[in-house]
Amino acid sequence: MIKLEDLTYIYSPGTPFEKKAIDSINLEIQKGEFVGVIGHTGSGKSTLIQHLNGLLKPSSGRVLIDGQDIWAEGTDRRAIRFKVGLVFQYPEYQLFEETVYKDIAYGPKNMGLDDQQIDVCVREAAQFVGVSESLFEKSPFELSGGQKRRVAIAGVIAMRPQVLILDEPTAGLDPKGRNKILMQIQRYHEVEKNTILLVSHSMEDIASCASKILVMNKSKVFTYDTVEAVFSRSEEIEKMGLAVPQITRVFHELRHRGFDVAPNVYTLAQAKSEILRLIGENTAKG
Amino acid sequence: MIKDITIGQYFPGKSVLHRTDPRMKLILTVFYIVLLFLIQNILGYIIAIGFLVVAYIIAKIPFKMVLKSIKPIIPIIIFTAILNMFFIEGESEPLFEWWIFRIAPEGVKLAVTMAIRVVCLIVGASLLTYTTLPISLTDAIEDLLGPLKKLKFPVHELAMMMSIALRFIPTLVEETDKIMAAQKARGADLESGNLMQRAKALVPILIPLFISAFRRAEELALAMEARCYHGGENRTRLKQLHYTKLDVFAFLLFVLMLVGIILLNLYAPVLI
Repeated sequence: MIKLEDLTYIYSPGTPFEKKAIDSINLEIQKGEFVGVIGHTGSGKSTLIQHLNGLLKPSSGRVLIDGQDIWAEGTDRRAIRFKVGLVFQYPEYQLFEETVYKDIAYGPKNMGLDDQQIDVCVREAAQFVGVSESLFEKSPFELSGGQKRRVAIAGVIAMRPQVLILDEPTAGLDPKGRNKILMQIQRYHEVEKNTILLVSHSMEDIASCASKILVMNKSKVFTYDTVEAVFSRSEEIEKMGLAVPQITRVFHELRHRGFDVAPNVYTLAQAKSEILRLIGENTAKG
Repeated sequence: MIKDITIGQYFPGKSVLHRTDPRMKLILTVFYIVLLFLIQNILGYIIAIGFLVVAYIIAKIPFKMVLKSIKPIIPIIIFTAILNMFFIEGESEPLFEWWIFRIAPEGVKLAVTMAIRVVCLIVGASLLTYTTLPISLTDAIEDLLGPLKKLKFPVHELAMMMSIALRFIPTLVEETDKIMAAQKARGADLESGNLMQRAKALVPILIPLFISAFRRAEELALAMEARCYHGGENRTRLKQLHYTKLDVFAFLLFVLMLVGIILLNLYAPVLI
């Protein structure tokens, strides 16, 4: 679905501010995958995702979407942007229309759909993110922070992208708002079966939704693997200064103390069954 | 994109020009502009251009940056040069005459000298911003306008407004880039269409930009108040400006240039 070949991007080349933001990245993301993207501030995550829909032009290397080089001559990059929907950090700052409905409809309108199709897209998207239709005629600037965020996300979902990329969709929200948005994204993924990339600082968020994890470090891909495989390398990840889920840390400490537990526990449910198993074994021995 | 705008951009370095007192640099820049308009002799222009070349070499600013700062004004220069060429009536025999068009030698002369002056002016003024941090520049302005305080002129407030404005240019540029990228991701088409369509396509960028500028202004005002900011009264500075030998030397150099140019105007035959 998405394939990156030797992708490199340099900011402000030829000036004293020159900086290699991403460095020869090779990556292949399959259709229907839910990928969690983690890495430090400045590790190149945001630069990477802006390449996936052709907002940034690679300094060298290629970006292939469905096998099509998006910077090849004659490629319609606007069409690529409808295919690969990108929700930026703090997306509520891009709201501009008079009403919520019009703002969500901005993307589909740019696609050139007729009013009826737009209406279907808008209602569907609003439903996915839990924006009730009673808000449609309100000004987006009257809404609460969480509502604004969800309207902005709906604005991208309304284009029915095959790939949805979200850059820190939960940043700056309270825990309730965070969980709500994450659950909605998960449900959207289950219903639509499309590819999702979720950039986040919170390992808990990623552990709870993603099927695969992409770890970025110092402009390079550190690893791209399943959640279990990545969290079993939690020591290396912690060394890079990234946190692993709390429960994974607890289980690592248990292993250090000589308990025979699995190295790749990252959800509470797994932890529970693992502890029950251990207690069961011990009582059997005792 | 927007990031390519270089006017007012600082080019970091540690050269003599970077170390000269910003007040002196500001005065000398004005001095230089006055000099440019005093010149009546081709040798004078050579001195003025030579000075710039040497200064840029000392400051280690690449030639590319110089080109970048002239680029946006090239159309204006060409336009004024053409106007000058056709509309200056000379007493001597016209060089070229056809229908209502007539080019006098005086016209050509003025066109060329005006072009040189404007280019020198821009390149010279850019030298100031390339080698001086905007913040030191506003400090310099505040200091130089100091005497106006006696006339109840709000010098400190003016300088503060200028430094805040300068401080927020890069922030707003970054913000614009971000909003543009976000709207492009939603399929905004900024590059095609006629003038009306293009103007309309800017609405989704300008509205969020204004809203965020107002939000930032409010936040900044609050943050300043929270730190008990109340204007310039009894305020001292962390970094005091001091004139050094370097500044005296720079000033003397300019006086020398002035004397040279005046002497050339008086005694050398007028070559142009």
